[in-house]
Formats: sequence, structure tokens, C-alpha cells
Amino acid sequence: MARRDAIDLGLTGLTVLLVAAAIFFAFSVPTAQPQTGGDVQRIFYFHVGIAWVAGLAMAVAFVSSILYLWRGEQRQHDIISVASIEIGVVFGIMVILSGMLWARPVWNTWWTWDPRLTTTAITLFIYLAYLMLRSALDDPQRRARFSSVYAIIAFASVPVTYFATKWWNTIHPNLAEGSDFGLTASMRPAMFLSLAAFSLVYLVLLRSRARVERMADEVALLKQHILSSN
Amino acid sequence: MNAYLRKIAAIVAKDLTTEMRSREMLSSMGAFAVLVIFVFAFAFDLRVEKAGRFEAAPGVLWVVITFAGMLGLNRSLAIEFDRGSFDGLRLSPIDRSAIFIAKALGNFVFMSAVEAIVLPLLVVFFNVPLLKPMIGVAVVLGTAGFAAVGTLLAAMANSTRLRDVMLPILMLPVALPALLAAVKCTAGALDDAPIELWGNWLWLLVAYDLALGGIALLTFDFIVED
Repeated sequence: MARRDAIDLGLTGLTVLLVAAAIFFAFSVPTAQPQTGGDVQRIFYFHVGIAWVAGLAMAVAFVSSILYLWRGEQRQHDIISVASIEIGVVFGIMVILSGMLWARPVWNTWWTWDPRLTTTAITLFIYLAYLMLRSALDDPQRRARFSSVYAIIAFASVPVTYFATKWWNTIHPNLAEGSDFGLTASMRPAMFLSLAAFSLVYLVLLRSRARVERMADEVALLKQHILSSN
Repeated sequence: MNAYLRKIAAIVAKDLTTEMRSREMLSSMGAFAVLVIFVFAFAFDLRVEKAGRFEAAPGVLWVVITFAGMLGLNRSLAIEFDRGSFDGLRLSPIDRSAIFIAKALGNFVFMSAVEAIVLPLLVVFFNVPLLKPMIGVAVVLGTAGFAAVGTLLAAMANSTRLRDVMLPILMLPVALPALLAAVKCTAGALDDAPIELWGNWLWLLVAYDLALGGIALLTFDFIVED
């Protein structure tokens, strides 16, 4: 078995173990206070991990986009950018959905225009626009260059959006409480396990998606060879 | 430095002259803006009380500016690509940043021309005293941010398969904080509220202009090269 495949297999196995452990701990730690939802609060062990991965994916894409433009336009950086943002978009949708599932029983509403939620929604739209931009460009080099530029602009606008929506909300009634969700010491293992498990899930997905992208490159090259030899 | 500024002036003069001769962009932007104001007037007339229309005026102003502005941004870059004058700009020995500044400046001028029509119209149709100096400041800052980011994104969008359609998708989420800040500044100035209440929005607008405008300036090279 090739070394890369062995690493992938090992990583996947470790991820499965950690995810199983995280699920077990999420359900076995003590139930939370009723004001944070009681048993529904257990969603947080996954919600926070998913949010962490979404943010990490965007940051990784930001860095690899800069590297792409700065270090001579190497295809590997572009591969990491697109793989990371695709994962980020999926996890972004998941974080909003999981948040909604928690919010409905606890806050009695599916959505609120709280700064964090609004920024997440706007950021999700920006990265969906990134994917649309990529699909509208055919030339691989131009696609990589344009999407790198857009990823840099997108990431730069996120903090500005956050502060804008944060100040906007100080006038309106605030349904969301602070960031402390009442985690006692007994709940911390579940949270940390979940964070670790999701980080590994991100890594496995990233490697997988990058491999698919590299295979697509090989196919394109083969196509070119066959067409030019005829 | 002088030569750099002269190059920028030359490109801006070219854009203004072509526009003065055909007037296609200003007329389409202006007509669109007026029609959107009409649509909003009818839309709010049905359910919103008179006081409500006063409240809605800053939002309406900035929606009109945003949409008319995007129309102008698209046209200005599309004209360049269609006539091949963009290739001409690329071949000439001009620093790419000069091309960006010149295009952004041209777009800013066109958007300001349309705003000069929109503001009095809103005063008339919505009965709001929008012709105040602080509102002018907010409009100038907001338009500057839109023009800078919009020029970069319009250049990107017009090189894709989807062309015009791509710009709103790319630009609206990124421009949202600027839009928010601009609306807040306009509302604050309209209410004659003390500047301490809405000063931070003005700072946010300035920060947005500097940060995103700076990034747009730095990355324009990568859009233009082939």
C-alpha cells in the first residue's frame, strides 16, 4: 500500500474512534441547566466543533490563497483553497442548522439577527459566491488567480462585518446571552473530545478532496495527451 | 509621481469623454435609479405610514445607490472589455495600480452624478430633508468604498462566463458592512442626532474604505495580468 494511502487509512481510523468517543461522552456527561435547554444543550458539543471547523477552513483557505499569489502560483495551494472552502461551506450550513435546532426549543425562534448569526450567514453567502465564481471560470490558471483574490477579500471583510453587526444590534433587544454556555468541569471532556474529533474530520475531508482535485488534474492532462496525439 | 498622476488623469479623462459623447451609462443608471425610487414609493405607500417613510428613507437611498451603482460598475468594465480598450490599457506602459485608481475614480464620478439626481428626487418623493452636509459626507465615503471594491469585483466578474450576473453575487455580501454603516450614518445625520451616537459608524466606513480599498488596490495586478 502506498505511504499516502496508509496515512489516510490511519487518519480515518483514528477519526472514527474519536468521533465515537465524542458521541459517547456528549450523551454521558451530566445534563445542563434548564435555561440552556436541558438535554437539547448537548447539541453544543457538536455545534461548537462544527463552528470551529468552519472557521478553521476559511482561515486555511485565506492563508493558502495568499501563498498561491505570493509563491509563484503553485497548483497545490489552489487545491487546498478550493477543498478547504468547500468543506467550510458545508460546515457553515451545518452550524446554522444545528444552531436552529437548539434555538427553536430554547429561544422559541428559529433565527435571530444576533451579530454572530448574521456574520455567519453573510460569510456563508460570500463563500458560496466563491464557489460560483470558480464554476464560471474555465481557464484553470485564471480561475485559481481570481478565486484567490476573492478569498482574500472575503476573509478580510469578515471582521468588519462582525463589528458592524455587533454595533447594529446594541440598539435592538438582544436574545442571545454571552458566550459562556454554562459549561461545568464535568462537561469539558465532551467539548474537547468533540473539538478534537471534528478537527480530524476536517483533516480527513481535506486530504480526500485534495486527492480528488489532483486526480481531476491528471484526467485533464490525459485528455490533452489523447486529443493532441490524434 | 507627476507622471503617475498624469497617467491616472489621462485614463479618467478618456472615460469621462467617452461617456459625455454617448451618455449610455449615465442615462441607464439615472433611469434605473428613478424607477427604483418610484417602486419604493409605491411599495411603502401601501402599508407604511408617513412617519414610516421618513424612517425608511436612508435605507431606500442606499438601496438605490447600491443597485444603480452596480449597474454602472458593470457597464463601465463591460464597455472596456467589449471594445478591447482594456487590452489597450494592459499593453501600454502604465502601472496596474494606476489603471485601478483611474477606473475606480471614474466609477466614483459616475455614481456621484447619479446620486446628485437621486438625492433631490428622494427629498421630493419621500419628503425627507436629505440635503445636509453630514449626509453628503456619508454618501461620499460609502460611494468611495463601493467604487473601490466594485471596480475590482466588476473586473473579475466581467472575465467570467456569467459576466454581468456575477457582480451582484460577488459584491453584495462583501459590501454589506459598508452598506450598514452608510445607512446608520445617513439615519443619524437625518435625525440631527449628536455625532457621539453614530460617530463609530463613520469610523467603520472609513476603516472599510481603507482596508478593503487597500486590498483591492494591491490585488488588482493579479486580475489584470494574463
